[in-house]
Amino acid sequence: MIEATRPTTGTRLPLSRPGVLFALVGLVGLALPLVQFRANRIVAGEGAGLPAALGATGWAVAAALAAALMAGVAARMTPGLRLLIALAGTLASVAVLGAAAGALTPPGDGIARVSPAAGFWLLALAFALAAADALARIDLAPWQRWALLLGAVAAVALILRSGLLDDVSVMREYHARRDVFAREAARHLMLAFGSLGAALALGLPLGIAVHQVPRLRAGVLGALNIVQTIPSLALFGIMIPLFGWVAATVPGAAAAGVAGIGAFPALVALFLYSLLPVVSNMVVGLSAVPAAVRDAAAGLGMTRAQVLAQVMIPLTLPVLLAAVRIVLVQNIGLAVIAGLIGGGGFGSFVFQGLNQTAMDLVLLGALPTIALALLSGIALDLLVAQLDGRRGRGA
Amino acid sequence: MTAPRTAGPPDDRGRAVIGRVALALAAAGLAAFLLWPQAFAPLLRPLTQNGAPPIYTQTSLLALTLWHLALVAAAVAASATLAVGLGILVTRPGWRDFLPLARTVTSVGQTFPPVAVLALAVPLMGFGSGPTLLALFLYGLLPIFENTLAGLTNLPPAVAEAARGMGMTPAQRLVQVELPLALPVILAGVRLSAVIALSTATIGSTVAARTLGEVIIAGLLSSNTAFVVQGGVVVGVLALLIHAGFVWLERRLSA
Repeated sequence: MIEATRPTTGTRLPLSRPGVLFALVGLVGLALPLVQFRANRIVAGEGAGLPAALGATGWAVAAALAAALMAGVAARMTPGLRLLIALAGTLASVAVLGAAAGALTPPGDGIARVSPAAGFWLLALAFALAAADALARIDLAPWQRWALLLGAVAAVALILRSGLLDDVSVMREYHARRDVFAREAARHLMLAFGSLGAALALGLPLGIAVHQVPRLRAGVLGALNIVQTIPSLALFGIMIPLFGWVAATVPGAAAAGVAGIGAFPALVALFLYSLLPVVSNMVVGLSAVPAAVRDAAAGLGMTRAQVLAQVMIPLTLPVLLAAVRIVLVQNIGLAVIAGLIGGGGFGSFVFQGLNQTAMDLVLLGALPTIALALLSGIALDLLVAQLDGRRGRGA
Repeated sequence: MTAPRTAGPPDDRGRAVIGRVALALAAAGLAAFLLWPQAFAPLLRPLTQNGAPPIYTQTSLLALTLWHLALVAAAVAASATLAVGLGILVTRPGWRDFLPLARTVTSVGQTFPPVAVLALAVPLMGFGSGPTLLALFLYGLLPIFENTLAGLTNLPPAVAEAARGMGMTPAQRLVQVELPLALPVILAGVRLSAVIALSTATIGSTVAARTLGEVIIAGLLSSNTAFVVQGGVVVGVLALLIHAGFVWLERRLSA
């Protein structure tokens, strides 16, 4: 990792090539309009750069951001300093977005919309990439990575609460439907985590059974594989009449919460998609336990059930966590489709927005979904790495 | 999959034959359905209510299938070209500076939900097939890039040494040794991208792309389960066939 930051032979100037890439992306971002101003939600907008939005301050901020981007071009800089500059740059881009929106919105105007434009996205992308690059080159301890992740979440929460971004279009949409947002967020989490819980509850015993009875393997895994090939839109759609029929004909089903409308069909569809990763990883994990370990446990006088419960299942934990990561990230994304069939969740904003061609509303649904998927993915990756590390040290 | 095997090789061969026959039947059934959809009307009629049409006729199913496949093929071809090119680039000596970043971007990028990528592509491209193509292309890059990196960085060191010892130039090593060895892994990435793209393309119909998703959405809007099922089954069978085709190709190439 250390030699990778050194300038490559043949270049005369000590340049960091990734640094050059980030600087180029960021500078193009600075040259493009930072925000887009529209007199109302639907009309076409006009772009505004930093100077146009903030005047002399805008020029100063643009110069500072350009300087930060250019600083990253130098090869002789520690990854730690790079990370600091990149994080500061990301924060500054967001702050500038809020300030520009505040300055461009006429006081008391509730209709005008200022939304982030290509310039902002590229600027934020450049700094985020620089931060990711610096992070990949630093050897951080697990607790340091956790602290960074929690710090990032806290920073986002603080910025959103501070009111800094309140004049940005997405936040305007949020304030207009704060209650609905809380409800859909809870629904989205329920869909993603509920289906994961159900898949674990059923998938783990099923995985153990498939491992113990190899004859079941081809049939069960084959069937679950076929479920994966059904496009999500169709699987969600088929659940509606299916459970509508079940609720109407099976006595007691409706009372138990089975319904053809609302969240139930979406929950079942997500559950079905989650089964394959859980079952197949459980089987792979159990199969990977060395025969010597099993024999040793049996030699200690353990029964077959004890070997399974006390020795083999604990050893599958890393593989199972990997399955949880796959399922959670996948379900957070797929739960968006629930919005199309009346199942709620962030998807309802996405599809409402697409229907009304109101992109701010689409963003209100898409950004939290992406943030949630990223957060779960990174957190579970950290957990898996920590578990592997501990095991590696123990062995 | 190194579990104790009770099933011997003859059983495996029998299963492979059954699998191939099932695939051939599925392909024949799909072709028959796309060419003469009305012949399947009695089969789907029980799923309709109040005399609704059992077969989608607004647009020919065959045309929609071809559109769907064309969209996926174009997107996957474009992502394969760029992803393999980038994968080769960041594994060359002068460009290894980008390797850590490339790894981070691929692992983080794959957590982005495809639907969100699709929705965010709309402001850039407007409604129609454009945003779907862009989203499929972007989303398809990551698995192929990841597998290209894996294929090119996990080559047995002895092979690279031997190639160097034979006096091959770096370009010759890449084309004659490294790429052929990495090809099955790269193809596995292309397969993953193609299968994901096939399913994601159906969602493209929510932004007015011409795909089989149109049939499913028409079914959702008019509560016609027959439409939902026929759209879903056609896409599902296509996914199975494409998956099997790639697996066959990977086996041929790595044998």
